Amino acid sequence: MFSLPTLLYLSAFLFSVGIYGVLARRNILVVLMSLELMLNAVNIALVSFGRVHALTAFSGEHGGQIFTLMVLAVAAAEASIGLSLLLVIWRRWRSIDLRQLCQLNG
Amino acid sequence: MIPVLDSFNLPILTLVTLTPAIGALLLSLVDRNNKALFRQGSLMISFLTLLFSLLMVGNFDNSVGTMQLEESHSWIESLGINYHLGVDGISILLVLLTCFTMPFVFMSSWKAIDDRVKEFHIALLLLQTGMVGAFVSLDLILFYLFYEAMLIPMYLIIGIWGGRERVYAALKFFIYTMVGSLMMFLAILYLHQHAGTFDLPLLLERLRTTHLLDTDQQFWLFSAFTLSFAIKVPLFPFHTWLPDAHVEAPTAGSVVLAGVLLKMGTYGLLRFSIPLFHDAAFNLQPVMCWLAVIGIIFGACMALVQNDIKKLIAYSSVSHLGFVVLACFVPNVETITGAILQMVNHGLSTGMLFLMIGIIYERRHTRELADYGGLAKVIPLYTIFFMIAVLSSIGLPGLNGFIGEFLILYGVFKVFPLWGVLASTGVVLGALYMLNMVKKFLFGPLVHDENRNVADLSPREILYLLPFVIMMIWIGLYPAPFINMVKPTLSLYVEMLKS
Amino acid sequence: MDINLLWIPLLPFLGFLINGMLGSRLGTRSVNAIACGLPILSFGLSYAAWSRLLSEGTELHWNGFPWIWIEGLVEIPFALHFDAIAAVMCMVITGVGSLIHLYSIGYMKGDPGYHRYFAYLNLFTAFMLILVLGDNLLLMFIGWEGVGLCSYLLIGFWYEEDANCAAGKKAFIMNRVGDFAFLLGIFLCLAHFGSLDMSTLTDSEMIKTLSAETLTVPLLGSVSVISMIVLLLFIGATGKSAQIPLYVWLPDAMAGPTPVSALIHAATMVTSGVYLCCRLMPLFEAAPAILTVIAGIGACTALLAALIALGQNDIKKVLAYSTVSQLGYMFFAIGVGAFSAAFFHVVTHAFFKALLFLGSGSVIHAMHHEQDMRKMGGLRKQLPFTHLTFLIGTLAIAGVPPLAGFFSKDEILFAGYQQGFLEGVDSAALFWGVSFVTAGMTAFYMIRCVALTFWGESRVDSSLEGKVREPGGWIGFALFMLAIASILGGFLNVPEFLGGHATLGHFTGLHHASNLPEEVVHAAEWKSMFLSLAVAGCGLLLAFYCYGKGHALRKAFTNSGPGKVLGRLSVRKFYVDEFYAAVFVRPLETISHLLFILFDRILIDGILVTGTALMTRSVGNWFRKMQTGFIPGYLLTFGCGVLLLIYMMLSLIQQGGAQ
Repeated sequence: MFSLPTLLYLSAFLFSVGIYGVLARRNILVVLMSLELMLNAVNIALVSFGRVHALTAFSGEHGGQIFTLMVLAVAAAEASIGLSLLLVIWRRWRSIDLRQLCQLNG
Repeated sequence: MIPVLDSFNLPILTLVTLTPAIGALLLSLVDRNNKALFRQGSLMISFLTLLFSLLMVGNFDNSVGTMQLEESHSWIESLGINYHLGVDGISILLVLLTCFTMPFVFMSSWKAIDDRVKEFHIALLLLQTGMVGAFVSLDLILFYLFYEAMLIPMYLIIGIWGGRERVYAALKFFIYTMVGSLMMFLAILYLHQHAGTFDLPLLLERLRTTHLLDTDQQFWLFSAFTLSFAIKVPLFPFHTWLPDAHVEAPTAGSVVLAGVLLKMGTYGLLRFSIPLFHDAAFNLQPVMCWLAVIGIIFGACMALVQNDIKKLIAYSSVSHLGFVVLACFVPNVETITGAILQMVNHGLSTGMLFLMIGIIYERRHTRELADYGGLAKVIPLYTIFFMIAVLSSIGLPGLNGFIGEFLILYGVFKVFPLWGVLASTGVVLGALYMLNMVKKFLFGPLVHDENRNVADLSPREILYLLPFVIMMIWIGLYPAPFINMVKPTLSLYVEMLKS
Repeated sequence: MDINLLWIPLLPFLGFLINGMLGSRLGTRSVNAIACGLPILSFGLSYAAWSRLLSEGTELHWNGFPWIWIEGLVEIPFALHFDAIAAVMCMVITGVGSLIHLYSIGYMKGDPGYHRYFAYLNLFTAFMLILVLGDNLLLMFIGWEGVGLCSYLLIGFWYEEDANCAAGKKAFIMNRVGDFAFLLGIFLCLAHFGSLDMSTLTDSEMIKTLSAETLTVPLLGSVSVISMIVLLLFIGATGKSAQIPLYVWLPDAMAGPTPVSALIHAATMVTSGVYLCCRLMPLFEAAPAILTVIAGIGACTALLAALIALGQNDIKKVLAYSTVSQLGYMFFAIGVGAFSAAFFHVVTHAFFKALLFLGSGSVIHAMHHEQDMRKMGGLRKQLPFTHLTFLIGTLAIAGVPPLAGFFSKDEILFAGYQQGFLEGVDSAALFWGVSFVTAGMTAFYMIRCVALTFWGESRVDSSLEGKVREPGGWIGFALFMLAIASILGGFLNVPEFLGGHATLGHFTGLHHASNLPEEVVHAAEWKSMFLSLAVAGCGLLLAFYCYGKGHALRKAFTNSGPGKVLGRLSVRKFYVDEFYAAVFVRPLETISHLLFILFDRILIDGILVTGTALMTRSVGNWFRKMQTGFIPGYLLTFGCGVLLLIYMMLSLIQQGGAQ
């Protein structure tokens, strides 16, 4: 068994890697993957807390776990929409480089 | 007067206000290719509205000076906003003027508008609801809604069906008026915070009995309201949107703009700015009067040097409405009666002038004075009607323009001779620019061959010009019914300002 | 029989409506019948009302309806009143007016705007009658502006010519300037008398109390209310009656058809200023200082116009300036308090000036619209009847007894003489001198006009040879009637020292008996009459000598230094038009242009409106750079924002905890 702080450190580490990926990478595919990483980091934090609360509380509370499932579902939806957009963008511009896709500049 | 249909207990004001909007709703369901239906349909709707407005006059009691035909329903209770309508001597003639003008505006657009006919007629009908609604609302928020609601159709009318520079003109019109009305909106909210109501009669009562506002507050609130209305009038020096808007607007737009929309400004001054904040109004009287007097003379001088007929008449509006503003700020029964009559008269004469310029524009597609000349020989009937409108505009005694100007100038002269004298010079200058225009436009040698085959007025055109002429002569020779309608209200009004 | 006064102006107005609306479809005959018949009917009605006034002494009144009526504040009814002055004016207007309508049938034959012409003429008659019959000043003002309108329309009747339109416009605007003062006068009356009814304005009690009240006027200082009212009304009258400084429109007004000049610009409309003064006689008499001004302006106008008339070559221009000059006489008479003489001169002047204008019209008609007297001459043979009537008119205006002008002008000059010498008022004596000289000049330029037109060698263009024929018909009839009137008109008001009873003066109530002993007055009257006869005679003889027989004297004078200067000034009308253009018209236009460009275009639209728009845009440009389009950049900003918010929330919670 890992202790709660260890799990939270893991979560924070994964989240930071995700943020780095989202902010620094140019490839939309990588950005989407990093986004996924961030969501999963949150999931780790949620299940960890959920586990701790379930052990300490008398009545079993499963909010953390339930919420994780919710996030997974949303993440799946997000990924599918994101990837389909990605496909459209690729078809249209033959590029998935974010630096080239900045037509909304003022 | 005559309690026509009184027993039915109809909500007359609601009918007058909403008939055009309901008509617009119905017309929006119709196929857009059926152009004739839109033309006939909106004409019918406007005549129906005119009928309702006559019903309103029939049920209006001339001997009472307070609000009549009131309708009050709670609307947005949580915010204290009511659906409160009513007319008195100040607004009834303006409602009547609006309802009188609209059918003829539709008739004048019969041929001139062939593009997006559906949208055009719907926009005009919504505009009418906005105008009538603003004249009869007694709730500040309701008024504000109608006041703003006029803006959008007018913006579209100028921007879509206008001339070459229409987008610039429409935007200028929109931003100018929007700036003013936002200020007013803030002032309305502030007023609500302090007085606790949006209801105009209640507000007047509270402001009069308790001194809720100190001098500074009054000053700022007055300025906010007045700025909005001064832009709408337009009062010098906020007038430069008007010539552009008039020049670019289609005929119908110009007629509504000059005939009714501008009066919203002077009406607002009379109804809101002055009675609500009369201490501030009194303190700022010199400023406002000087601006009005300068506007009268300045507008006339500007009209003198214009080469574009529509621009010339737009500037003449600046001059003519200067009289009304002057009257509003020297309030006595004579001046305010004159002001209300002058608003109606200006609506009639300038409305007719714009209609007639629309007629010639349809035939020749130019508004430059230099492109005309000598038309009197080719189109004698047109010349006669145009001359009548011009003479009414320059205030020939015996026609309507004189009555308003006389009462205003006399009322002002009695109290402040200097302003009276200065304003009277506007009458001389008025003759100067108008006759200059007539000379270049209709008389003189026929130099352009294109003008040789211009067609004279068609029966349809005569049909919609004739009512204007009849009204001009009626008001000019027998204004008593109109004066009697406004008199009781104004006595109370002036009494209230004095106290 | 009950006479409704409204019909008097309404009949010609109906004529206007019918001819104006249906004239183009009616035949010439029906147009004639309506246009001439209705004013004649109106003349009949006026005659009936007049004879009733004579026999029963009842002044007819039509109560009408409330016009501008705000209970208790402004109460102006639309009411007509028929008293003696109005009666005489009505008779003159409808009488002379009907003759001129008839004359126009001949004169305007074949004009494309025939029905329009008669419609305007009828409208004019209607407005003129309202002016005369109106029972209050404002109603009079309707007529006042209405006749101005008709004058405008008729001067510019042949509107294809730019000059005609310009003349019409000038007339209307000059009149408007006068009307501006008139309107202010009305305001003052209404404010102080509380009513505009003629009976109130002439009420001696009211006038007495108001004379004591004063107003402070810039430039003039403290002036009594009455003086101010009278001054303003008089300025109004200078516009309509073509006096200095507003006379310049009248000569230009000759651009209209000649019968119009006769009716509007000689016989009726231009005398309405004098009529106004007579109507409000008690008011005017209460302002002696202003009366002196009126006398001065009248005398100076008479002299200036006579001087200009000497140098004109256009036959109608001579008559126009002569009208201005005669109007000056009338105002001089009013200025010296002789309202009766002024009014008498209005009547006689209407006869002989209409006759002269119609005579000139007959010449112009015969000459195919040639008006330049240098191209006439010797027309006596071709146009004997016109010559005869024109000569009668000339002698009448020159003051040859016993024609109409003699009596009226003599009365005016005597009034000046009386005030100047018997009562010892210096200014009146001076102005009398001016008028006296003018009387001689009048005779001179009128004979010059006759001589150049009818006498001597023919200078007629060869293309017109043999085509000049006496018009005859209605033209001849009108000339004949007016010639009779010009001969007999003077007997309306024969003064007492010549065995008459000053009938007109007594009838209208304008006549004042003098305070001086009767013998002194009669002696002075004889003296004055001889003087004026002498000066008129001198003028006549001099003119005969200069233009009739030899030309040596004329040549010597015109070639001499002062003669050249005077001739040039006279021909160029003393450069008054140029002066007005340079001082008023052009500066107004220039300033307006400048203001339009500087103020509206540059300051408001350029700097304020466009400036605001540009400022908004430049601020926007500055912020635009933040919008890079690089999504990670937005995310970073977003993340920073979230962190900031979290920090703020945490610190808030901490603060809350601290409390």
